[in-house]
Amino acid sequence: MTFENVRWDEIWTETGHTLHMLGLSLVFTIILGLILGIILFLTGRGQLLSQPVIYSVLSIIVNIFRSVPFIILMISIMPFTKWLTGTSIGVEGSIPPLVVAAAPFFARLVETSLREVDRGVIEAAQAMGASSWDIVRKVLIPEARTGLIAAVTITAVTLVSFTAMSGVIGGGGLGDLALRYGYQRFQPDVMFVTVVLLVVLVQVLQSVGDALVRKFSRK
Amino acid sequence: MERPTTGSVIVGDTDLTRLSGRQLQQHRRRIGIIFQHFNLLSTATVRDNIAFPLKLAKTPRAEMKARVDELIGLVGLEGHGDKYPSQLSGGQKQRVGIARALANRPEVLLCDEATSALDPQTTDSILSLLLGINEKLGLTIMLITHEMHVIRTICDRVAVIDGGEIVEMGDVIDVFLHPRSNVAKEFVAQSSEASGESLSSLDSMRKGKLLRIRFKGESTFEPVLFEAVKETGASFSILQGTVSRMKHIPYGQLIVDVRGSGEDVERIVRRLHEEGLEAEVLA
Repeated sequence: MTFENVRWDEIWTETGHTLHMLGLSLVFTIILGLILGIILFLTGRGQLLSQPVIYSVLSIIVNIFRSVPFIILMISIMPFTKWLTGTSIGVEGSIPPLVVAAAPFFARLVETSLREVDRGVIEAAQAMGASSWDIVRKVLIPEARTGLIAAVTITAVTLVSFTAMSGVIGGGGLGDLALRYGYQRFQPDVMFVTVVLLVVLVQVLQSVGDALVRKFSRK
Repeated sequence: MERPTTGSVIVGDTDLTRLSGRQLQQHRRRIGIIFQHFNLLSTATVRDNIAFPLKLAKTPRAEMKARVDELIGLVGLEGHGDKYPSQLSGGQKQRVGIARALANRPEVLLCDEATSALDPQTTDSILSLLLGINEKLGLTIMLITHEMHVIRTICDRVAVIDGGEIVEMGDVIDVFLHPRSNVAKEFVAQSSEASGESLSSLDSMRKGKLLRIRFKGESTFEPVLFEAVKETGASFSILQGTVSRMKHIPYGQLIVDVRGSGEDVERIVRRLHEEGLEAEVLA
């Protein structure tokens, strides 16, 4: 295969766009998803702030967002995206749909990780006079940290595939490139290069995540 | 942690059952608890685990460091301060638990089955640590356990709980020697089972009268029985016996087969009573 159609400067620019989308959306996803996940955990039945009604409502909302395929979600929330960022295309326009899709997913992973924390340790902290907020900050998050890091890794990998899809609405990035050149102009070499880059990106993310889990594990 | 369905929980002068959530949270800092499964933070070092309640109480950093050093010395974990719980043995983990429970200088130390997950040797070392703390710091220790050995070793008073009710309460030695409730009798029987034949089988072995003698305190080591029997023409053989120690008080129980006339046996019993022992003819 020759790479006659590949314009490397464009490849690197779009790789930059992908990383830009990934980084920004990951940051917002972690912030929103962590808050949502903690609330889900705390309000769960039999947990610290057990609130079955609030839990059910949040749970249903999370499920709705998780059950809509990303490409449809992206298009259906366009008015919201436009209201928030002033545009529904480009890197900026792709951040809101990415976060809206990934945050509920990440929240569920956070909830599951927090449930893995030994109940006895939570009980001990309560017995020592810790408030719920103390327990979240000083017990739950530190004790669940390897689970949370793994959750971030999985979410980041998922976001890579979402960013590629956002190319459909002109979100930019490697996915956009693959779609325009590889699909619409039928240039398989461009397609090949973008796929390789996406694979490498996912591998790097996973390896970094695994290494961090190993570093922070105290089991 | 749980609201009682009936009754009240009074620690010192405070009725915990009447406190609000916030007050209760504050008050919990005055009660140290150690747990069966230690419940240490797995991602924190020994030092950080011990410092945890101090951080909650917003203790100044320098004071915290000094207190943690002191506690590590108290529970004998010098040199282990920077290890994580997974690198410690069960006994060491419980020592961290004890140090953590003592950090805020509580009024009461509550031990919830604290030795149930430990092997007998480690149990003893933890118990002697607790006893030392009890004596050195003058701290009340409340211990929940099903191990009679634990009660005998370090407790002064015991309450027997069955089906959520206190069925019996008193000095350990009294409850052990004269259990009144059925549960207490069962427990006590279990703990002396090592020497184990049942009364009925002893009964079939006897050639004279079967006599049960219980003694505690100094008389344990006196040749009281021998003296009492010597005064009569009777002889005796010991069928079963335990001599043990409850905390610092020695006590014992013997089942002897006394061979002599009915009158002799009566005299022996009377003599033993005079010496402050308990004796009763079983068969």
